Amino acid sequence: MTSLFALVDCNNFYASCERLFKPDLAEKPIVVLSNNDGCVIARSNEAKALGIKMGTPLFEIRDLLARDGVHVFSSNYELYGDMSRRVVLILSEYSPNVEVYSIDESFLDLGNFLHVDIHRHASAIWERVPRATGIPVAVGVAATKTLAKLANRLAKKSRKANGVLVLTEPAHIQAALKATEIGDVWGVGRRYAKKLATFGVHTAYDLTRKPDSFVKKHLTIVGLRTVKELRGEPCIDLEMVPPSKQNICTSRSFGQPLTDLSDIEEALATHAVRCATKLRKQKSCAAALTVFLETSRFGQAGQMYFNNRTVKLDSPSASELVLMPAALEALRAIFRKGFRYKKTGIIVTGICPAGQIQESIFSAGTRERDTGLMQALDSLRERYGHGTVKYGVQGTEGKWQMQSGNVSPCYTTRLDDLIKAW
Amino acid sequence: MEAAIIPLHPIEEQRFLIIIDQGNSLPLFTTTVQAGFPSPATDYSAEPIDLNTYSSAHPASTFLVEVVGESMVKAGIMPKDLAIVNRDLKPKDGNIVLAFVDGGFTIKRLRLEKDATYLVAETESDSFPPIRVDSPEDGMFWGVVVGIHRKY
Repeated sequence: MTSLFALVDCNNFYASCERLFKPDLAEKPIVVLSNNDGCVIARSNEAKALGIKMGTPLFEIRDLLARDGVHVFSSNYELYGDMSRRVVLILSEYSPNVEVYSIDESFLDLGNFLHVDIHRHASAIWERVPRATGIPVAVGVAATKTLAKLANRLAKKSRKANGVLVLTEPAHIQAALKATEIGDVWGVGRRYAKKLATFGVHTAYDLTRKPDSFVKKHLTIVGLRTVKELRGEPCIDLEMVPPSKQNICTSRSFGQPLTDLSDIEEALATHAVRCATKLRKQKSCAAALTVFLETSRFGQAGQMYFNNRTVKLDSPSASELVLMPAALEALRAIFRKGFRYKKTGIIVTGICPAGQIQESIFSAGTRERDTGLMQALDSLRERYGHGTVKYGVQGTEGKWQMQSGNVSPCYTTRLDDLIKAW
Repeated sequence: MEAAIIPLHPIEEQRFLIIIDQGNSLPLFTTTVQAGFPSPATDYSAEPIDLNTYSSAHPASTFLVEVVGESMVKAGIMPKDLAIVNRDLKPKDGNIVLAFVDGGFTIKRLRLEKDATYLVAETESDSFPPIRVDSPEDGMFWGVVVGIHRKY
């Protein structure tokens, strides 16, 4: 059996989604901002050419954006999520096994495609995805996932590759390894890159020449896996079912600083409901939860406050009627008057499968009632939207909610937001 | 079967959203079953008619667009109709297409003539002269209109 993987990566995904429904922005610089319009999280090629870096805070580049006529969007995850789903649907026509690695990247298993011209297959993907969905992609193909990732990166950078690079010839693989800086290798990162440079390891190729004992010593066993993959020995298989998360965190910065406990309670209650919903979705329960509350990190001395409180539950639960009151109690315990708060959130831990719960002997026997109620809530919210059924404490004002100055319409998921044609 | 009965009134809008989504469907009729007697129809059960698949077999490349204006009324496309647009088709002469021209989306009949490509309105009114497209700057093809959804 020969292994072969393709990594299909959407080009400047969020910016491409925005541009699809605004074709007049073709070849114009576009940036997309993070939640709360904090910093740049996506750039079109034209915006990259202006020197705008990922993660730059909005306030630092406001002048530049205005001067160069950069089109600025707040992030619209409803739109990006639907476009991502469409891309994956198309990709699943090109391989029976697709791993959705992130919102804009998928691995395809092309192993045992014996009588298929792989370069032609990869080119077909490269051509078809933008035609069908409007989202341009780059395709990298190689014997291991780590090499496919590397091929994809070069496919985007190299003019000659033009978006498709198949790395199967040993000479090509060697050239690609030499052309890739060690920090750009999947799973290595900048921190290790610095350390490796002191040993004369600068490119991916340098690393593959090091003995296993060296790699194990300096990069741990995980690093050894990466090196083997770079040498063409597959160690990382497709993950078809995403592993259950070991802890789930739901938090948001407020749209404006908040001082009143009741406003913060609205936010935390909403996060707790989200968090419980996520737990139920992966069919697990949490044994404990932590609530945190923070002011801005950039205040003067005396104006800053950070605190958190962990609550262990009587028995693991995924019920909002258990998690939300516990979270609110923890919040009230750490809330101090007189601060301008910026963020609150909830983290649930001690996650176990819902089927393996040890009931507390003091439990009021409400588990069955809660399970039925939660199922009803889940199906209601799935059909009518998450805000359909709320608790009183979640409020209606939403003073805490995000500021999204320039969020685009949800063109593909809301009837009121469809594009209009004359 | 009961779980598949979708009440029509409270979700008037969401009901449309499922047109481009797989796996949801609108049963055309429902029936109750008397306890105790197996239904004679059990062996003949079939999936309810699925308007999504009827509208387009390609949910990944199908988009809904709201029609504004009367430039295509003679082609049976009325204001407020929802046009069903498939991006994944090569536009052919005579197709009704969605294009982006002059800063806006437009639905017109595509005419591939020897000298150029034209986007032609179909209406009694003469306020919509054919749009000549010579270069990508003049206009951009977006998708082929494969159907119309109209609600009275």
